[in-house]
Amino acid sequence: MKFAVVVFPGSNCDRDMYHAAKDALGEEAELVWYQSANLSDYDAILIPGGFSYGDYLRSGAIASTSQIVADLKRQAEKGVPILGVCNGFQILLEAGLLPGAMLRNKNLKFICHFEELKVANRDTMFTTAFQQGEAISLPVAHGEGNYYCDDTTLKQLKDNNQIVFTYTNNPNGSINDIAGIMNEQGNVLGMMPHPERAVEELLGGNDGLKIFKSIVNNWREKYVTSA
Amino acid sequence: MKKVKIYITLKSGVLDPQGKAVQTSLNTLGYAEVQEARVGKYMELKLDDHTDAEKQVEEMCAKLLANPVIEDYQYTIEEGVTQ
Repeated sequence: MKFAVVVFPGSNCDRDMYHAAKDALGEEAELVWYQSANLSDYDAILIPGGFSYGDYLRSGAIASTSQIVADLKRQAEKGVPILGVCNGFQILLEAGLLPGAMLRNKNLKFICHFEELKVANRDTMFTTAFQQGEAISLPVAHGEGNYYCDDTTLKQLKDNNQIVFTYTNNPNGSINDIAGIMNEQGNVLGMMPHPERAVEELLGGNDGLKIFKSIVNNWREKYVTSA
Repeated sequence: MKKVKIYITLKSGVLDPQGKAVQTSLNTLGYAEVQEARVGKYMELKLDDHTDAEKQVEEMCAKLLANPVIEDYQYTIEEGVTQ
């Protein structure tokens, strides 16, 4: 399986993401510069964290206007798995690939530590390696991770089982304790916690690796075993 | 040239932690009368004279300058502005 890690000016978790896919997972991965990438060459697309364009205007807003986002939307429609982490999640929100928006953390602090999450939906291409309701631990590192959406959107997220991860002890004020959501089609996941920073015991935990393993397993099941 | 002044504010009902901190600081300084503070953004654009400024600015706000999920915007357009 071949992963693209899209690099924007100001991305800073791109190498961690590459390491997770390439070394920890053992699949093919390439770092692709946002201006020269052809996303149709890849089986899955990873949008890493960081501070694209210095978070000018709003986090992810400037990156969401770049040419590559049009390509990203085409791949999303085709059903290609897309994972956006932290600033990658913010870019997916600003691009309209996921509903809602991010606000400043409720306590105004940049938070950076391991946080306990609950797998709220294990029936997705990103989470089949977990148990339903499993408590996992992943690092968070953000100042604007306070997810917000209106009541109608929240109801849709709940009704369609689009809430994938929730916080056990909500660290940022996020509505409904939301840590990660997916689109209705189920192939675009955005999350604030960093699975790529928890892919081996040396890093303090390997719960994050299961997300990458789920992507590969589900992709193989769909495209390889049926071939 | 046309000068556009754009004011972007958080929608009422959307939590504003930054505004809350400003309010607390003002209260600490002795301004006990401050019941609420909301922090927003102000932008200025200069546009060509021959553009349909109203239509264009409306589009710019909706597409990029404001996030309609959490923010409202207002703007004024001044005609015939020199440098």
